[in-house]
Amino acid sequence: MPIIDVKKLTKKFGNFTAVDGVSFSVEKGEIFAFLGPNGAGKSTTIKMLTTVLRPTSGEIDLNGYNPVHDALSARKSFGIVFQDPSLDDELTAYENIELHGVLYGVPRELGKQRAEQLLKFVELWDRRDDLVKGFSGGMKRRLEIARGLLHHPKILFLDEPTQGLDPQTRNHIWQYIQNLNKEEGITIFFTTHYMEEAEKVAQRVAVIDHGKIIDGGTPDELKKKTNAATLEDAFLALTGHDLREDAATGADHMRAGAKVWGRR
Amino acid sequence: MQAIYIIWLRQLKRYIRSKSRIVGSLGQPLLFLVALGFGLGPVFQKAGGGNYLDFLAPGIIAMGILFTALFSGIEIIWDRQFGFLKEMMVAPISRLQIMVGRTLGGATVAIIQGIVVFLLAFLVGFRPEYLTFGTFLLALLFMFLIAVLFTALGTAIASQLDDMQGFQLIMNFVVMPLFFLSGALFPVAGLPSGIALVVKLDPLSYGVDGLRHALTGIAQFGFGTDLAVLAIITAVLLGIGTYLFSKIQI
Repeated sequence: MPIIDVKKLTKKFGNFTAVDGVSFSVEKGEIFAFLGPNGAGKSTTIKMLTTVLRPTSGEIDLNGYNPVHDALSARKSFGIVFQDPSLDDELTAYENIELHGVLYGVPRELGKQRAEQLLKFVELWDRRDDLVKGFSGGMKRRLEIARGLLHHPKILFLDEPTQGLDPQTRNHIWQYIQNLNKEEGITIFFTTHYMEEAEKVAQRVAVIDHGKIIDGGTPDELKKKTNAATLEDAFLALTGHDLREDAATGADHMRAGAKVWGRR
Repeated sequence: MQAIYIIWLRQLKRYIRSKSRIVGSLGQPLLFLVALGFGLGPVFQKAGGGNYLDFLAPGIIAMGILFTALFSGIEIIWDRQFGFLKEMMVAPISRLQIMVGRTLGGATVAIIQGIVVFLLAFLVGFRPEYLTFGTFLLALLFMFLIAVLFTALGTAIASQLDDMQGFQLIMNFVVMPLFFLSGALFPVAGLPSGIALVVKLDPLSYGVDGLRHALTGIAQFGFGTDLAVLAIITAVLLGIGTYLFSKIQI
């Protein structure tokens, strides 16, 4: 039985359909990549899976729970690293981690141990008592990832986790995540724009564009199907070469418009 | 419990670290105490109202609490803009726990603010001669109720707003009317019936009255009514606030 099962999931903002009848499933213990150009509907889908956005229609089964009707149980099943910042700037790095540990019920001693290990891992241990507002973009990103890995959920959502990080750090972090997946059987659901990353890490991928899933399978299957040498070529063959409007402008503007004129 | 505590602690840390906010929020109460207390004092005395500063000070303490509490609630908008709200919304704890933690945090900060305004008033010349240890505890209880009520109200309002553009609206159409029509500045007795009705519909009126009663012995509605009204409205607003908070989408 799949641990994530999505059927005909749709989200509309006013007249704009961000996610259009999407169906897919992720097996337990799998590393699954959700790929698509900017504005394709990746983040909107993740928001619906993680209970912070209500679907217009369709069904989601997350570890046996419905994120809409049984949000609390669903929340207990996953952890997430968001695409955009979600740290408290007025707290220190360590306080952010500590708060997360308490919210997720990580036992105190274990939390302390992991906090030290993870902060050292992302090379922020020396800066642990500094306020986050003084951190650079890359440091904040690393802290977000460390925080997201503090508790070990059944499913881990990573929304463009390595965006803006250098190749060394990216490699380092993916090794850690793959290890978590292997040793604890944590299901990994991630999005990325780095296709070589997806090709290397993901066991299965789904490609979404304009709110619809256009293809899916293992990276090898996709490459074979499109006669491409790399996953990046396969991705481009599937989604075309047109430039997309950035998600933060296109979809968000339409969402903002929908909010002004309609009920939220 | 742990989760409520850590959310409470977060609010407190944020408050203590924002020095400019603490200092800035004391300017207004001080101005009111000095300008109104001394400016209107002689007229009030001549009209047979007694010492105006004694009458005014509890109202200004309530004002300090009202402002701080509402803004603590409204901080959700900042959390939304800076992204931290997401972290809170996906946390595997009940929305009521988040609401209680936030509200108690906001209330604690507001009570600290109220006590500081109390000390300011004392410096300016406020002498609460009625005050005993017992009535001080009672005053604290009223400060607590005012603080919780308006933190919950702030949260309820803020959960409906996306950005800071609604802020001015809240200031002009919620905070200012609540304060000016609460009996903080003038006695309720002998008001024209229209205004008297509005004052009676303003929940802050009961907070001001209870606080003034506890500190100076001057009372309008009586402790029983004050407590009952505040407790009921607080419970209702906490319920509404929790509901609206749980409906927030990102």
